Amino acid sequence: MKSRLRRTMMFVPGNNPSMLKDAFIYGADSLMFDLEDSVSPLEKDAARQLVYMALKTMDYTPCERVVRINSLSSPHGHADIEAMVAAGVDVIRMPKTETVQDVLDCELAIATAEQKYKRKLGSVGMLAAIESAQGVLHASEIAACSTRLVGIALGAEDFCADLGVRRSTEGSELQLARQTIVLAAKAAGIDAFDTVFSNVADEGGLVAETTKIKALGFTGKSVIHPRQIEPVHRVFAPTEEEIRQAQRLITALQEAERRGSGVVAVDGKMIDRPVVLRAQRTLQLAEAMGIVENKEGRS
Amino acid sequence: MKLTGKGRAGTLESGDILIEVEPTQGETEILLRSSVMRLYGQQIREVLLLTLAELDLQGVLLTAQDKGALDCTIKARLLTAIARAGGPTLPWQGEEKE
Repeated sequence: MKSRLRRTMMFVPGNNPSMLKDAFIYGADSLMFDLEDSVSPLEKDAARQLVYMALKTMDYTPCERVVRINSLSSPHGHADIEAMVAAGVDVIRMPKTETVQDVLDCELAIATAEQKYKRKLGSVGMLAAIESAQGVLHASEIAACSTRLVGIALGAEDFCADLGVRRSTEGSELQLARQTIVLAAKAAGIDAFDTVFSNVADEGGLVAETTKIKALGFTGKSVIHPRQIEPVHRVFAPTEEEIRQAQRLITALQEAERRGSGVVAVDGKMIDRPVVLRAQRTLQLAEAMGIVENKEGRS
Repeated sequence: MKLTGKGRAGTLESGDILIEVEPTQGETEILLRSSVMRLYGQQIREVLLLTLAELDLQGVLLTAQDKGALDCTIKARLLTAIARAGGPTLPWQGEEKE
């Protein structure tokens, strides 16, 4: 569950049957069906029922199926978890997460639902949205507090509102939050997702922002429109040189394993484990992009 | 089982269906309009009737305006309309296999 490619996570409003029907055709790595902000308070019951039926009926393969639930302190959160766990969701995305206790409360509700609906205990993942100053300050504890967490995500609009600032194009007001979230995620060994880029018509802006957050260490970005998927994937695609280097390294690793040697060397240089992991991720990305063939049946 | 009030769910957007339910003294009656009536009218009617049967619900006046909804959408909207009308609900069902 944890180690899969998550370059893009596309928001899909939970009360829109047409979007629920088409969501899987655009090539996003993950689909995030939203029961929270995109659904009016009077339609929460309808959206929950609709997403439940969609998850039970539609085959979204190969997309990961994530559902953003309402807060557990609202009248809807617990019902959302029950329905989505029963429906077979892959990951529950928590709304505004500020403390370790928020994660533990959600984890308990998921575990209870797994038991009730006869799903394997621990099979449902979690994703925490960091959307406030308090959330950022607690990011490292949040990221490390549950083995169910597959990642943490920055929610910039709410974060800026909490800070009392406007979101700018260059994003200087988000710099510390972004770096804190990346550090917290990496330290916990999980994914870091950047916030949405709201101007759907500005592809250049999207590419510039994605290039920046990739350099910071983010593993993916939330998107709000199908047309944002391809540009984000393009930015996350490895270069030819990176792919060649990764292939040489993996070949050297396989040869070393065949010889029964624990030492891997390329061009006379010893290769450390982090470099191997980076090479594996590079090839995983290249395979997902169709740049190289998947020789080992990885998905 | 009978409904106690009126309920309504769905929209008239493409891919959706707007359903209204209310109790009636007589037999269940379905008034269906659909943009795909000639091809799928019978199938939509069957989904509606099967869902009512699953809930063991009788004496329902059901008005539906379909805009090309999938079966799962039709069932979801009907279940929501019935719940809003004070009718019975279906329990969530877990995965068959895992």
